[in-house]
Amino acid sequence: METKNAILVKNLSKRFGDFTAVNAITFEVKKGEIFGFLGANGAGKTTAMKMLIGISKPSEGTATVAGFDVKTQSEAVKKSIGYMSQRFTLYDDLTIKENIAFFGGIYGLSNEKIKEKTALLIDELGLHDKASNLVRSLPLGWKQKVAFSVALLHEPKIVFLDEPTGGVDPITRRQFWEMIYREANKGTTIFVTTHYMDEAEYCDRVSIMVEGKIEALDSPKKLKKQFKVDSMNEVFLKLARNIE
Amino acid sequence: MRTIRFLLVKEFKQIFRNKAMLLIIFVLPLIQLLILSNAASYEVKNSKFAIVDLDHSSYSRALIQKFEASSQFDFMGLFSSEKIAKEQMQQGKIDVVLYIPVHFERSFQKEKKGSLLTTINAINGSAAAVENMYVNAILKDFNKTIQVDFMGAEASLQPKQLHIDTLFWFNPELNYKTFMVPGILVLLVTMVALFLAGMNIVREKELGTLEQINVTPIKKHQFIIGKLLPFWIIGMFELAVGLVIARLIFDVPMVGNFGLLFLFASVYLLVILGIGMFISNFTDTQQQAMFLSWFFAVIFILMSGLFTPIESMPAWAQVLTEANPVKYFVEVVRMVMLKGASLLDIMPQLIKLSIYALLINTLAVWSYKKVN
Repeated sequence: METKNAILVKNLSKRFGDFTAVNAITFEVKKGEIFGFLGANGAGKTTAMKMLIGISKPSEGTATVAGFDVKTQSEAVKKSIGYMSQRFTLYDDLTIKENIAFFGGIYGLSNEKIKEKTALLIDELGLHDKASNLVRSLPLGWKQKVAFSVALLHEPKIVFLDEPTGGVDPITRRQFWEMIYREANKGTTIFVTTHYMDEAEYCDRVSIMVEGKIEALDSPKKLKKQFKVDSMNEVFLKLARNIE
Repeated sequence: MRTIRFLLVKEFKQIFRNKAMLLIIFVLPLIQLLILSNAASYEVKNSKFAIVDLDHSSYSRALIQKFEASSQFDFMGLFSSEKIAKEQMQQGKIDVVLYIPVHFERSFQKEKKGSLLTTINAINGSAAAVENMYVNAILKDFNKTIQVDFMGAEASLQPKQLHIDTLFWFNPELNYKTFMVPGILVLLVTMVALFLAGMNIVREKELGTLEQINVTPIKKHQFIIGKLLPFWIIGMFELAVGLVIARLIFDVPMVGNFGLLFLFASVYLLVILGIGMFISNFTDTQQQAMFLSWFFAVIFILMSGLFTPIESMPAWAQVLTEANPVKYFVEVVRMVMLKGASLLDIMPQLIKLSIYALLINTLAVWSYKKVN
């Protein structure tokens, strides 16, 4: 069954006791799209994302990711997605090569495939002299690039990036987005959260979450027009200020 | 299977790269085994002993001499009054006092009997019992000498007394090390398995790498086996090294079958690792996990029968010890090493522990949640 949507979310909610972290959000992400998922700290972005990647059970509503229901088929979802979180999640005490081999192995890649991918990845990132160094010894920007590449090892249809460029310098951020574009051009769907509004401009479409709800969803261009401002930064501030 | 292999490779690489971890796993337990086995003793030595002699007779002097010559007591001196002796005991300067009353010798000669009084500091009850035994042994000896001396030839005409010989089985020399070393070995294997396995998983929670693992299609049982197996192997290895030390350094006999011991240990480690895993599922930080692990470790150890016999615990506590895996292992290690128990002998413990292992690991797998 071929659909145009990589992600389909309907009235998805998550409650922790009395607190509603995500309040009936509805949206869809098209295949091959770079979808920016914005919101202030505590707006519910990470909680929503955790439901989509199958590590948090929705309280209500439905979500389909890569054609699988996140409630009932979460393990099938996990096979089709890649994930890189805001907390750096490679093993610090393993080398780059060992991290690649480990995650490749966990995703069921054959030994030849792991070898091939390792060579390719090291080539692309120009890490020939660092491949056997412990990840701990790498600068943050490099770690993030390696982590992104590792999240792509099993060639997922959709990649979830949770604030992938947090704490990284502008040059590295630019390089990182070039990597994202390259991947999107191959047809991979990118779902990314960020705090940097300049990065929001790079997205095909963005949604802005405020207090558990999606308050705006469109392309950056149209959003700017709708709110009659010049930058995504101002769009964001307008929405966030309305609440306070 | 392949996934588990990748996990194992990763775990062992991480363990062998972590110098502190290597120290904790391989060096500290061996040092503990060496120190504890020499220090944790049931023998009572160097008890401070004093005598209050109010008789000043030849008998009382003979008696004092006997005590002075004893190797079990440190003779602290003669006190002239009960009052001084009491004060000294209050201050903790002496542990045992023997009172020789006035007319001790006279009543002995006239009435053919004499009475003595011993006061023992019984704050440490078991030490007091042992000291009492020592005192009695010396008095008995004194009694014999005096009888011969007093009754002379008459004594040999007395009917032969009933003579009792005691044979100590399984530990003929009453060597406390033979008794303690196997038990302490059990504790060390337990601690390493309980702490390291649980701590390891919680550490990944703290670092955030566990989240990354949960986003992969890895199966719960694969992850848990991959996490526990390394520490199972390390636990078995530690037991092997400990046994070699017990044999070579402490000369603990190994009457039974090594294979049997390792068979039992393999099931035992499954229980301990399962408990560690279970704890880690309900804690978010290494600190919490450490605290909970300590809570269980202390109860397990003190109620294991290693230091105090389970038979002398109150009935309700004896029931509780049924749920203590350490108890079974302490029992079996001693049974196999010292008595040469067979598979049939340890079957009850083996069956109980197998059920335990099955239960706790089912709980551990069940409580490990990839999805919250």
